[in-house]
Amino acid sequence: MFSRGYRTAITLPPVLWVSLFLLLPYTLMFAYSFWSVSSTQQIVQTWSFENYRELLSRDVYWQTLLRSMWIAARVMFFSLLLGYPLAYFLSFHAAKRKDLYYQLVIIPLWVSYLVRAYAWKTILGTDGVMNTLLQYVHLTHHPLDFLLYSPFAVVLTLTHIYTPFTILPIYAALEHIPRNLVEASHDLGASQSQTFWRVIFPLSLPGVLAGATFAFVLSLGDFLAPLLLGGPSGIMISNIVVSLFGAAYNWPLGAAISLCMLGLVVTLLFLTERLEKKWSFS
Amino acid sequence: MEFLLRKGQSKDRKSYWLRAHCLAVFGFLYLPICILVLYSFNGPGVGGFPPRDLTLRWYRILFDDGAIWDSVGNSLTVAFAAMLIALALGIPAALALDRASFPAKAVFRRLVLLPLILPGIITGLSLLMLFNAALVNLSLFTIVLGHGTALISVATTEVFAGLQKLDRAQEEASLDLGATYWQTFWRVTIPNLKLSIIGAALLIFTLSMDEIAVSFFLIGRNNTLPLEIWGRLRRGITPEINAISTLIFVFSLLAIVLWYRLRMKAEGGPDLGSELIEVAEN
Repeated sequence: MFSRGYRTAITLPPVLWVSLFLLLPYTLMFAYSFWSVSSTQQIVQTWSFENYRELLSRDVYWQTLLRSMWIAARVMFFSLLLGYPLAYFLSFHAAKRKDLYYQLVIIPLWVSYLVRAYAWKTILGTDGVMNTLLQYVHLTHHPLDFLLYSPFAVVLTLTHIYTPFTILPIYAALEHIPRNLVEASHDLGASQSQTFWRVIFPLSLPGVLAGATFAFVLSLGDFLAPLLLGGPSGIMISNIVVSLFGAAYNWPLGAAISLCMLGLVVTLLFLTERLEKKWSFS
Repeated sequence: MEFLLRKGQSKDRKSYWLRAHCLAVFGFLYLPICILVLYSFNGPGVGGFPPRDLTLRWYRILFDDGAIWDSVGNSLTVAFAAMLIALALGIPAALALDRASFPAKAVFRRLVLLPLILPGIITGLSLLMLFNAALVNLSLFTIVLGHGTALISVATTEVFAGLQKLDRAQEEASLDLGATYWQTFWRVTIPNLKLSIIGAALLIFTLSMDEIAVSFFLIGRNNTLPLEIWGRLRRGITPEINAISTLIFVFSLLAIVLWYRLRMKAEGGPDLGSELIEVAEN
């Protein structure tokens, strides 16, 4: 029904734009990762695997990458742990209040990321709300200093930020479960927990998977929360990239690390997609 | 939120624990926001318990702070321009995905959606490399290009979802009755997608207002609001930031209510979660 001209008109502009502003930059990043920096701080466009060799040989890079993945994994775990029961409650027990609770989940998403991270800083700091409160009620006499500038603070803050991102897709998946399946399970004599583990949970896995992906990937690449709350022991891989693009001035090495992250993310998305296909019914 | 704990039809312990869990999660999600708002009125500054000497002083200082309001102006300009770009390309992109077939369509689809799930640092840095190679000076303009490009993903998902509900017979009738494609697009397609487009516009606007990871690398001399806040956080914290954040929170709340009303009218309930699943698993 649509003419060739119409199809070209709707296709060409976005394809051109995306090629210029997404595909070309990624390609450029790929190219950069094989280049190097001369002693006079010039980019040398000769191709070698030097940056990747350095990545593998220097402990600091892959150890930081592992630590970032460990932080991201904890954020993912806690977000799911906090988010799943809430999504379940919303979908199966909230009844008339469903919309209200749903809004309550969304509202924190609209408060600036930066501001929420900063609010945690004011809560966890040495003179912060938490420490002064604990002293006020005489639970401690000295400020607890492990609260701020630690991986703990980063995990806590990122969990706070990404929990709504896990709740929303899980809730969507739960909402799509045909209610007569649940009734059938009850009618056939399954207990509440049998129904949950054998019917509801397996059918909600696509949502869990999407939520987990968001929480893991987005916290893996975060660099602001670690800068604000992480301290030296909470440095993540993106912080290294930021410094390589800034003061350390080694764009090629920074590009190589970014590309590893990109590869990791794309691989994860690919795996997620495969698993989703395997798990989804219909 | 004690109404969460009110007894429902089932009085068993499991349901009680579920409610308690939900209450705790909501508490966790809202604690920093409450602290933020509360301490914007705190006389002695940020931190310390209990809050005392409630005052509007920080709001008064904020209103006289030219740099902050300049950055608010910049952010509004950037968000508006980014919204126009994202819509101008996202609407045709959604139409193309819906009704055109072209080589590498699957790749195009993934590429468009990628910035939504990719850590902002990768989008930001790859664009920085592009602008650097093209000898474009960093300014608000480069931030607009960055936000616009990254948020095409939002426009595309929202409008694509709207297109799935669109009755093609109307467009067909319009074409049969002699309207040109151009007329049909403006008089039939766009009006039918109105709610999706407005929803996308609001979402893009808010996301751009809050964006920091991409802007971080593309910033020229003029700050956006999140970057202005970031700069101040690094120098030390003042309740002025609580005050501006509280104001923005209130405005975001108004935007959510507006957006929610629109979505409710359109389809009886929002489905952000399903869209997140789409993005993560396609």
